[in-house]
Amino acid sequence: MPLGAYLVLAALVFAIGLFGVLTRRNAVGILLGIELMLNAVNINLVAFARFTGGLAGIVFTLFIIAITVAEVAVGLALVIVIFRVRRTVEADHLDLLRG
Amino acid sequence: MTLETAAFAGVAVVLLGSSLAVVLTPNLFHAVLWLAAALVATGGVFLLLDAPFLFGVQLLLYAGGVVTIVVFAIMLTERLVGQTLRSASRFLINGAVLSAAVFVGVAGFLVQAPAAGVRPALAGDLTVALGRALVGAFAVPLELLGVLLVIALLGALYFARSEP
Repeated sequence: MPLGAYLVLAALVFAIGLFGVLTRRNAVGILLGIELMLNAVNINLVAFARFTGGLAGIVFTLFIIAITVAEVAVGLALVIVIFRVRRTVEADHLDLLRG
Repeated sequence: MTLETAAFAGVAVVLLGSSLAVVLTPNLFHAVLWLAAALVATGGVFLLLDAPFLFGVQLLLYAGGVVTIVVFAIMLTERLVGQTLRSASRFLINGAVLSAAVFVGVAGFLVQAPAAGVRPALAGDLTVALGRALVGAFAVPLELLGVLLVIALLGALYFARSEP
């Protein structure tokens, strides 16, 4: 397959993830959309690395995967703490910082 | 239609279908299961790009770790108050328009870009080269990654502690 096919696939997945981030009410649902967007970026990086012959894209994908796992762990810990305090994880109800 | 084209088409259909299910399913728990399918399909794309090590990492960390953590978080938040797991979406039209605009913008760049050459032949084992790069040129970022993981672990522990 040509490089363009992988890039179009990644762009589609990125757009779908963005749709999820914009439309989900639940904070966990928003996090799922972010996961999809990060995956799309990983596909791009690996495709570019494979087609240009460099290694940096693959190494960066490895780093992104590890950092994402840490981000999900901290993010969900935050969600659980917010739920303990506010009894809700609906993003629209979390307006504590609104002026 | 070569074997590679057929494999790519199959993986792409699974990836796009499960991604759509992730953002459209009203039930959040089902959305997580669809996310697992999408992550495995992404690993399939890595396999098609001759990166089997990344496929393994994807399965272990994403499909194994992330999905497990998210399922735990859903059980700890939604079930405690007996709320239903259904999570309606809002701004559906606006979200669809904005996402489509982003895709069209990216696709516009892809159309204008010069056609990429054919995929170069694989020079040796990619996993071996990746391992050498991780302890060679990328040794310092690898160490920083370890520091980041420790910090994330401490942060999650700090948030999850029972008594302040």
